[in-house]
Amino acid sequence: MRKGRIHSVETCGTLDGPGIRYVLFMQGCLLRCQFCHNPDTWKMGDGKEVTVEEVMTDIKAYLPFFKATGGGVTISGGEPLLHTKFLVELFKELKKHGIHTTIDTSGGCFSRSPSFIRLLDELLLLTDLVLLDLKQIDPSKHKALTGMSNEHILDFASYLAEKQIPVWVRHVLVPGKSDFDEDLINLSDFIQTLPNIERVEVLPYHKLGVYKWEALGYDYPLKDTEPPTTERITNAEAILANN
Amino acid sequence: MRTSAWFGFRDGKWKTEINVRDFIMQNFSPYSEDESFLAGPTKNTTELWEQVMELTKQERDNGGVLNMDTSIVSTITSHGPGYLNIEKEKVVGFQTDQPFKRSLQPFGGIRMAKASLESYGYELDDKVEHVFTEYRKTHNQGVFDAYTPEMKLARKAGIITGLPDAYGRGRIIGDYRRVALYGVDRLISAKKEDLAQIGGNGVMSDDVIRDREETMEQIRALMELKQLAKMYDYDISEPATNAYEAFQWLYFAYLAAIKEQNGAAMSLGRVSTFLDIYMERDILNGLMTEEEAQELVDHFVMKLRLVKFARTPEYNELFSGDPTWVTEAIAGIAKDGTPLVTKNSFRFLHTLTNLGPAPEPNLTVLWSEKLPEKFKRYCASMSIKTSSIQYENDEVMRDVYGDDYGIACCVSAMEIGKQMQFFGARANLAKALLYAINGGKDEILGIQVAPAYEPITTEYLDYEEVTNKYDIMLDWLADLYVNSLNIIHYMHDRYSYERVEMALHDREILRTMACGVAGLSVVADSLSAIKFAKVKAIRNENGNAVDFIIEGDFPKYGNNDDRVDSIAVDLVKKFMNKIKQHKTYRNSLPTQSILTITSNVVYGKKTGTTPDGRKAGEPFAPGANPMHGRDTKGALASLTSVAKLPYDYSLDGISNTFSIVPKALGKDEEIRKANLVGLLDGYTVKGGHHLDINVFERETLLDAMEHPEKYPQLTIRVSGYAVNFIKLTREQQIDVINRTFHEGR
Repeated sequence: MRKGRIHSVETCGTLDGPGIRYVLFMQGCLLRCQFCHNPDTWKMGDGKEVTVEEVMTDIKAYLPFFKATGGGVTISGGEPLLHTKFLVELFKELKKHGIHTTIDTSGGCFSRSPSFIRLLDELLLLTDLVLLDLKQIDPSKHKALTGMSNEHILDFASYLAEKQIPVWVRHVLVPGKSDFDEDLINLSDFIQTLPNIERVEVLPYHKLGVYKWEALGYDYPLKDTEPPTTERITNAEAILANN
Repeated sequence: MRTSAWFGFRDGKWKTEINVRDFIMQNFSPYSEDESFLAGPTKNTTELWEQVMELTKQERDNGGVLNMDTSIVSTITSHGPGYLNIEKEKVVGFQTDQPFKRSLQPFGGIRMAKASLESYGYELDDKVEHVFTEYRKTHNQGVFDAYTPEMKLARKAGIITGLPDAYGRGRIIGDYRRVALYGVDRLISAKKEDLAQIGGNGVMSDDVIRDREETMEQIRALMELKQLAKMYDYDISEPATNAYEAFQWLYFAYLAAIKEQNGAAMSLGRVSTFLDIYMERDILNGLMTEEEAQELVDHFVMKLRLVKFARTPEYNELFSGDPTWVTEAIAGIAKDGTPLVTKNSFRFLHTLTNLGPAPEPNLTVLWSEKLPEKFKRYCASMSIKTSSIQYENDEVMRDVYGDDYGIACCVSAMEIGKQMQFFGARANLAKALLYAINGGKDEILGIQVAPAYEPITTEYLDYEEVTNKYDIMLDWLADLYVNSLNIIHYMHDRYSYERVEMALHDREILRTMACGVAGLSVVADSLSAIKFAKVKAIRNENGNAVDFIIEGDFPKYGNNDDRVDSIAVDLVKKFMNKIKQHKTYRNSLPTQSILTITSNVVYGKKTGTTPDGRKAGEPFAPGANPMHGRDTKGALASLTSVAKLPYDYSLDGISNTFSIVPKALGKDEEIRKANLVGLLDGYTVKGGHHLDINVFERETLLDAMEHPEKYPQLTIRVSGYAVNFIKLTREQQIDVINRTFHEGR
């Protein structure tokens, strides 16, 4: 059986998709978001290897909870799309049991190369919902915030629209980084071009992950950034809710 | 009999025999709509509650007790009437002649009665002390006369602890509803018929003699119950004719019980749906409005909140926070599939809003996924708001106990009026593991407590050797434990018999011997460490293992990992099977609970370092909970591990106390309710038995520790009961704060 590299498991997630979610955090990410609260999931090769079978044994124990809440499984990370082969096999098994599947991704490794698309298409056929992080619509601010350009991420969003995959867009609101009216309006305009967006969520930046940066010996770049005010959160929600 | 008392009720067997269940099934009105019908508190309710809160404050300022009776021995008729405010109370009656005055109950033990008075600065009346020392023997004296030296030693070492040998055993639920439905006279005549039968075959054996004497005592108690009502100007010889009387009659019966016994748990049973029948009839006939119905429930519940007992500091250590376990079982499903939810199920829970949260009565929802959706969501919303409710799985209990059972104390189901239990506290399985390793020597006292079996002498512990030796040690423990309980209950029946509670039972009843275990998760993790990692024993100069070094990682109970969960399951089965082999007092049926109440702290204090990494003196996890902080895969994994424990082998209940922060249930109120309902549905479908639900942030508790005056009504579920957080000892508060709070991610 195929193995995947995971960071950890949260069996009772309630924020990453409908109902109660089994959240599988995959190991490895290409982005280096300054506000990341899981920097311990970045490094490829860390975490532990698990087989699809092992994960399924665990997940099946929670079927009554999924049934009672309309929940299911959410793959988060790290970047799930770095594990497409593993996920295809896992999702095939989940679908055998009628379990709702969600991928929580930044789309950071998306490309239109035939080999990537072939696997991605296979996975998307088995995917009920994508939680897509659109962190910053402005390319240069995006690069500053995450270490990478947003070109292929926006392309990924368009691709999901082409494929008619339901998407919840999530925008982490970081004061001074991703909380400018102009960008929020542009982001809103972009989202309006996508017919498959079911929901847009604003996630206020928080500092709960800082201790992990320190534990890993990384320098935390947002030391002086405070969580957004309630006004700014409401403001962002209002702008993005125009969809 | 006033025939009008039953006017409008549907016929059934209940008319010709004492059969409250049948009355309920024939007459209750199922309700599947939402809570919008509920009424707020009346002016009288608010004013009475303000008076209660003022007295509560005085009690707290006075060191936990406001007043104690030092000279009048509490009996059903010992005290004249007591009131909060006779003009405003819709339900009357206190244990003594004034609210907040604790009664003197020496039949369980004169030394305890004296000690509890002295610990609050009161002095026992000389005459009472003289009578109960010179002339009248007590339960406690009887037990210690019969205890063997080995039992005394085991008790001292804490391998068995919390035994009801120095306090009332409680855990007996009278069918208080009978008094409302039938009136006392009918119950007396039924008992007289019983008495005529007992010994009718001419054989005067011990059992028959005891039965005759007990039945006569029951009859006497029922007559006293009528006298008690008389003092408040009520005649309860005949059935109640309306809702007010039904509540009052029922409450008098319960009041008689708590005047006669200060049992550890004095539970109420299952009264709300029964009482709803009277309210529905009065409402239908235009005799009662919803405001009046709620007011009546509020005032009744207020009385239940004011049940008080005099107790010793040792007792408070075991069962912290002044609990009385006035447990009321709400909802559940009838055998024919109809949910037993009525408007009164809502009204009882609504008292948490009208009067604010409180630990008593111990509101227990008998949960099934088949309960009406709107009721389930209402329960969830009240749990999120108040953290005052516990849930127990009606699906697993109905099979065993039918559909008219109540919960005694925390998790002990019993058919109302047809079953009672001999409460047996618990055996310390974690200490027994250390005894197995140390050849029966107590790791803290350093003396031989169990028989001197061969100790383990290897540096690294071998799984097979440990489990073999543990098995033998558990044989010894089960034997000693059941024998000790036999003595205790023999003496309790003899010197402190629950007359009025037993008068409200059938003649033929099922008795269970309710054994229990503590330290389940400690032992499961210890054995897992020995099996899957390497555990090195560190021994002192006497060769006793006093510390352990764990090399490597191991699966921990609480993560849905079968490698260790199966160890816990096996242990539960194994110990139950051992208990079953013993002869029990009055041929009671042996059962077992996995419940510690708050004694997990005392047990921990008395137990040395264990091979799971828990250090000497540190608390165990409560009940069947995974150890604090070791359930790292989130709430579902933790719940799933506990749900694996087999109820068939723990028919006295499996307690799980669960704490989750609000945001981990979802981002808004509606989602949180839905997810909490889903958690409960999922847990019960998986066969989990009991769940205390707490929804709050750790920070709230930390703040309440520093500023108790800001949180007079902060209520939390501890372990099968709720408690006013600021009444816990500091030690207990820290234990609660250190428990796992599921935070999601």
